[in-house]
Amino acid sequence: MNGRPVRVVENLNHALHESMLADSRLYVLGEDIADPYGGAFKATRGLSQANPDRVITTPISENGIVGVAAGLAMAGDAAIVEIMFGDFAGLAFDQLLNFASKSVSMYGRPHPMRLVVRCPSGGSRGYGPTHSQTLLKHFIGIPGLSLFEMSPFHDNRAVLAHMLGLGEPCVFIEDKVLYTRRMAGDGQVDDLFDYGFLGAGDTAPAHVYTEAHGDVDCLIIAPGGMAERALAAMRDLLLRHEISCRLVVPSRLYPVETDALLDAARHAAHVCVVEESTAGGTWGAEVAHVLHERLWGRLRRPVRLVHSADSVIPTAVHLEREILVQADTIVEAVLADLRGEGSPV
Amino acid sequence: MTNDLATTIATVPDGTGSGSPPADADLATMLLIRHFELALLDLFARGELHGTTHTCLGQEHVPVALAPLLGERDYVFSNHRGHGHYIARFGDPAGLLAEIMGREGAVCNGVGGSQHIFRDRYLSTGVQGESLPVAAGVALHLKRHEPGALALTYIGDGTWGEGAVYEALNMAALWRLPLLVVVEHNGIAQSTATDANMAGTIGARAAAFGIAHMRVESISPAEIRTVAGPLVDKVRHGAPLVLEFVTNRLGPHSKGDDTRTDAELRRVRAADWHAVYREAPGFAEADSLAAAQVAQLVDEVSARQPAVWSTA
Repeated sequence: MNGRPVRVVENLNHALHESMLADSRLYVLGEDIADPYGGAFKATRGLSQANPDRVITTPISENGIVGVAAGLAMAGDAAIVEIMFGDFAGLAFDQLLNFASKSVSMYGRPHPMRLVVRCPSGGSRGYGPTHSQTLLKHFIGIPGLSLFEMSPFHDNRAVLAHMLGLGEPCVFIEDKVLYTRRMAGDGQVDDLFDYGFLGAGDTAPAHVYTEAHGDVDCLIIAPGGMAERALAAMRDLLLRHEISCRLVVPSRLYPVETDALLDAARHAAHVCVVEESTAGGTWGAEVAHVLHERLWGRLRRPVRLVHSADSVIPTAVHLEREILVQADTIVEAVLADLRGEGSPV
Repeated sequence: MTNDLATTIATVPDGTGSGSPPADADLATMLLIRHFELALLDLFARGELHGTTHTCLGQEHVPVALAPLLGERDYVFSNHRGHGHYIARFGDPAGLLAEIMGREGAVCNGVGGSQHIFRDRYLSTGVQGESLPVAAGVALHLKRHEPGALALTYIGDGTWGEGAVYEALNMAALWRLPLLVVVEHNGIAQSTATDANMAGTIGARAAAFGIAHMRVESISPAEIRTVAGPLVDKVRHGAPLVLEFVTNRLGPHSKGDDTRTDAELRRVRAADWHAVYREAPGFAEADSLAAAQVAQLVDEVSARQPAVWSTA
């Protein structure tokens, strides 16, 4: 990449433009996505000007929009839906759970459904309890539905193309804070950390390290939206506590990237899974189960889950900060794990 | 934007609602559906069917009347009460019975069962109202890529409780989609009478979106085609339509769960097309023929091997 890497939302915007250019049967639907507004987070900027017939700004009808998109997919087209705030995917849950994902297999033979539902997610922006959640845990374990999360390491052009090529509906979690950050570039994160990929595919998990090989004290597994906080924690742990960590950021969250995570976990004394979801039935619990089944007896301690508190996400900045996972939450968790302390319940 | 969409409220003017008896082919299909459904209830009563089913007894004339108004490129979305819709479209009671019984030759290899059927451009779903936005999406596809074709979706009066219906009607009107919503208004949603479920009327709800509405009381396929045909043609050119049939649900919601009074059931049975037309010439013979055909079908499909589901 030449010069300074682009911001993540620009990369996503380019990905949407390229996808529409590459596939004349791809539609993009969502609320307020047309120009000049270009979507609440500007991910669709310029898209309706370039593709006036296939970018459809819709009424405020999440269930209806996802249904329409599923109808397009059913008929052989492809569709990307932007849910303005991922929290509102709750309104579209029936179409995702009972129609789009089911249609891949419930009619007795495989039927491809090219459908991506984009969910701007996460807190730290003061939007309050119904506009700050990360709903990924609610989409885990639905047959025929894959779950991906945007990351600064994964080019959205490749990830979007991959999801559209899968032939089954995908939910794409996009951390709202990440939109404003820059994509990683040239294999280097900063003065301490480099990054690479655990495999050759476009959506292979990224890993961030001081040294790519050899053993580390702790492996941190985190989705893309948590990468920045995880890196800040890793820096602190290394410089202040001389604790070495490696970070793995999967693009695909479900199904779990079992092989890559197992390989990475074999080179760490401790494993933490970090996510922004609030407590209970988390993605991390699913990842931990996969690792426990295969590595029980080799792990020094159970996989530690780091997630936001069991709470609504408050609006006021000081209250929100207390609830959501911060870099220092991760530092504390890793230190506690290394000290052999159990997880706080 | 939708002001130029004609809004029609019409009742088919027929004193008895019966019109002339159905043509032979229509009657044969109506009777085939009738005996198919009766056979299912019988199979359940004998413990030979697994799960549940929803029969369309009393509503058979609706899909039979509409069938010739539809072409191969048209999509049909059916619902939980969809056996008549399927048989009227494909004339394939064997594939459907095999699906319901989980036997070889099942349309969906036994995975979907009674209320999740997909074949060519026919698709049913088991969740109320869910099909409307999907049908709107398919209608959008047709409008762009196959102009002239339409998406029909069958719903009941009870379905109007679902928000998805209104989201879809709104988009269909805004985007002038070739969407035909056929309402089989049988006056009862599972066990609850429509007047305890629905405020206002279906016609007024359609009118609120600037969507044309026609209310049909006739049970005569020929008469229904005459009055509905021109409006169905308009659907093909982007004027969505709500076509409401006043009909009767003769049987239980699913199996033996009918809580209606004897008086109510007597009224429903007296209005049934089967009762109305039974004295017509040739009816008795056609009825016996359909009964025998279904009995043979049941024997034949029951003897088949279990369906095989290959997910590869």
